[in-house]
Amino acid sequence: MNTKKYMKIYSLFLYTSIATELEYKTNVIIDFVTAILSLVGSLFLLTIFFQNTDKIGGWNFEQALVIQGIYTILNGVTNTWFNPNLTEIVKHIREGTLDFVLLKPIDSQFFISLKKLAPSGILEIILGFALLFYCISINKININLWFLFLSFTTLFCSIVILYSLWFLISTTTIWFVKTWNATEVLRSFLYLGRFPLNSFSLSLRIFFSIFIPIAFITTIPSEVFLGLAGLWKILLELVVSGIFFIVSRRFWLFALKYYTSASS
Amino acid sequence: MDENIIQVTNLSKSFDISSKKPGLKGTLKHFFKRETKNIEVLKNINLKIKRGEIVGFLGANGAGKTTILKILCGLIYPSKGNLAVAGYLPYKRKSNFLKNITLIMGQKQQLIWDLPPMESFYLNAAIYDINKSEAKKRIKKLSNMLEIEKELYIPVRKLSLGQRMKAELLAALIHKPNILFLDEPTLGLDINAQRNLRKFLQIYNKETNATICLTSHYMKDITSLCKRVICIHEGCITYDGKLDKLLKKISPVKDILIICKTDKDAQELSKSGFIIKNKNQKEITITIKKDSIKFTLNEIINKFDIEDLYINEPPVDEIIGNILVKEKV
Repeated sequence: MNTKKYMKIYSLFLYTSIATELEYKTNVIIDFVTAILSLVGSLFLLTIFFQNTDKIGGWNFEQALVIQGIYTILNGVTNTWFNPNLTEIVKHIREGTLDFVLLKPIDSQFFISLKKLAPSGILEIILGFALLFYCISINKININLWFLFLSFTTLFCSIVILYSLWFLISTTTIWFVKTWNATEVLRSFLYLGRFPLNSFSLSLRIFFSIFIPIAFITTIPSEVFLGLAGLWKILLELVVSGIFFIVSRRFWLFALKYYTSASS
Repeated sequence: MDENIIQVTNLSKSFDISSKKPGLKGTLKHFFKRETKNIEVLKNINLKIKRGEIVGFLGANGAGKTTILKILCGLIYPSKGNLAVAGYLPYKRKSNFLKNITLIMGQKQQLIWDLPPMESFYLNAAIYDINKSEAKKRIKKLSNMLEIEKELYIPVRKLSLGQRMKAELLAALIHKPNILFLDEPTLGLDINAQRNLRKFLQIYNKETNATICLTSHYMKDITSLCKRVICIHEGCITYDGKLDKLLKKISPVKDILIICKTDKDAQELSKSGFIIKNKNQKEITITIKKDSIKFTLNEIINKFDIEDLYINEPPVDEIIGNILVKEKV
């Protein structure tokens, strides 16, 4: 893969996406306000949960805020990249415009996963990091290079898992044509990721660890951030994200053999 | 010129297509137990296309024209057969192969809707490894040929269909492809826009010696661009050869418009055993075999009092329309 070429193309994707978004100024402002209100709403909900109890699933309010911070970052990533691009896959396949993507001398997965960007999601990412920064002071966390490396690595892994899951579901559109609902269900599960895994029953914990790996998406990165995760959990997160990414990639390449393109 | 840039041998393609009966019962049955049929949309296709040729694919809706184009450009995997396009196996979609071809579809667009076409051109240039100064040169030349210099900086959504199609063409040709696959490129365009597009394609073919494979339901596209046509009927090639030869072969008749001096002559003429195609008071159009023109004209001039007479070829649309539904040409 020619990294320089892909960097140049990605810079053009960024530019065209921002230029497209800025064509509609009001929409950008509304998106920014929505991002702020969404975080405020989530924090309000969390304070209600902790009003009559100090701990939920072994996590106190200050620690639960870390999960909320990570969730906000992931939701920001979802709104910035996944939502504008991965939901478009369904449209590309239904309308046959995937033809244009497949006929370009560029990796099709790269193209359809990163072509668009919604700037309003970036505000959510910033707000999420701001919340995590606040959590560092209230949880009295020592910042050092090792801590930063592990935190960013696990956060990156959760993004990869979430992306791969979403991409896997979207890829099935090649056979089933319409899979909007499945991606909506995934978003709902991500919504549950704002709460510590221990706050769910054992059966749900198993479900959220194996089938929909919410545990790997929000809980483990939060534990790493708070210094509560063992090394094995971090390694497991790395392995799981690697497997998810490889499977999604292979599945995409396999599915393309069955692409029939929409009729003209 | 003699080099075969496209070679297809024994190509077949089948799809699983589901069918649904109307009504609630049919809908529920379709939801729980879908009935699918394997339909062979292309059967044993063999063809060779030389570099620089412009070939028109003719066929009724659903005949398999677009499927052939999509297999040739690598979008669809063939079920059987061998094929080589520019020396490559299309469905492997190798980078060098993709840089050699382009697909233009009249009903689908690749330009970024909210931005001026220029932004899409630069993005395509980067994807095809064309540096900015070279891209500028190519855009200038192509926009000049297509006469869309003024529209380059207007958002695509504000352009007319004709202007948008020209911009689509520019986006698809920025990498100087050697093979153009055009699927109904003039669909929905007005007469002037259609003519301009055809003129552009003729010049482009002449200047670059690019091979053009074209499908269109507008016969004017075919007659003014393609010397060679391939007729497809239910997935089989029914004719592959020169267009004028096809027209001669399938239309061994001429239309004669006769304007009689009196209504009486017109009535007698209409009862005299000729095949009447049209009758409008004193004007009668008859269809005769080409080899009997001399005899028929003599007969008409001697028997009837006529004011004027015109000999016409039947419209190409009509001739082609008739053969599209035939199994053999």
